[in-house]
Amino acid sequence: MLLRRNPLIVLLSLEIMLNGANLALIAFARHLDNGDGQIFALAVMAVAASEVVVGLGLIVALNRKRVPLDVDRLSSLRG
Amino acid sequence: MTVVATVGNVLVWAVWVLAAFACLGSGVAVVSFSNPFYSALALIGNLGSLAVLYLLLSSEFVAAAQVLVYAGAVMVMFLFVIAYVDPRLESPWAGGPGWQAIGAVLAAAALLVEIIVVIGLNADGSLAHSHDVGGTFGSPGYIGRLFLTDHLLAFEITSIVLLVAAIGGVILGSHSRRSEEGVAPL
Repeated sequence: MLLRRNPLIVLLSLEIMLNGANLALIAFARHLDNGDGQIFALAVMAVAASEVVVGLGLIVALNRKRVPLDVDRLSSLRG
Repeated sequence: MTVVATVGNVLVWAVWVLAAFACLGSGVAVVSFSNPFYSALALIGNLGSLAVLYLLLSSEFVAAAQVLVYAGAVMVMFLFVIAYVDPRLESPWAGGPGWQAIGAVLAAAALLVEIIVVIGLNADGSLAHSHDVGGTFGSPGYIGRLFLTDHLLAFEITSIVLLVAAIGGVILGSHSRRSEEGVAPL
């Protein structure tokens, strides 16, 4: 996630990180025979989906403004 | 009977090893492809193998949700946006390793070592035997009962988060269209 400059790849890497956390949650839920981990994994999934909605919306908005898709060059927040 | 059980165990191990290595390999592929389209396709493979791992951990409902929500909805949206913005190619390892690349790899290695040490110190051999879970563990009914009794607040907050994200997506989309037509932005 730190290496790439393309915001799309950054979002994809973020998905991988969240999925790793999900896998750990579910593995320990199974290990401890406790359903809370699965509930939390489902909540993480919902948060990841909303984050993708907002992130992809931002990318599309940037693309419409002809802003280069490069996180190093996105240093200004003015619209 | 024991022969059947042994064959079943070997099968479970084989599927587990296959899914784990597919998961790792596709994860590495996501970050090392230069074309974002291929990265997204590799992420679909990653999510699929994770769903297999969830099934092996007897979490059927989460595996189904993973396939439906991630591999279905989220990745289709990703692929649409990648095709829409037509991103330029980027070679991730061009120009030799920069200080950022070295730092990222070092940080990841440190986190890995830390996780292994913490789990190894705390588990103390109790990782070898896990609880036997009942047949209803991870079924939709089980999850639904937990959601509507112990975790009602988390359930409701999740719905509000999804609603806010939907509204935010709509506003982000309409805002840029309006400013493109020369009308003053919101």
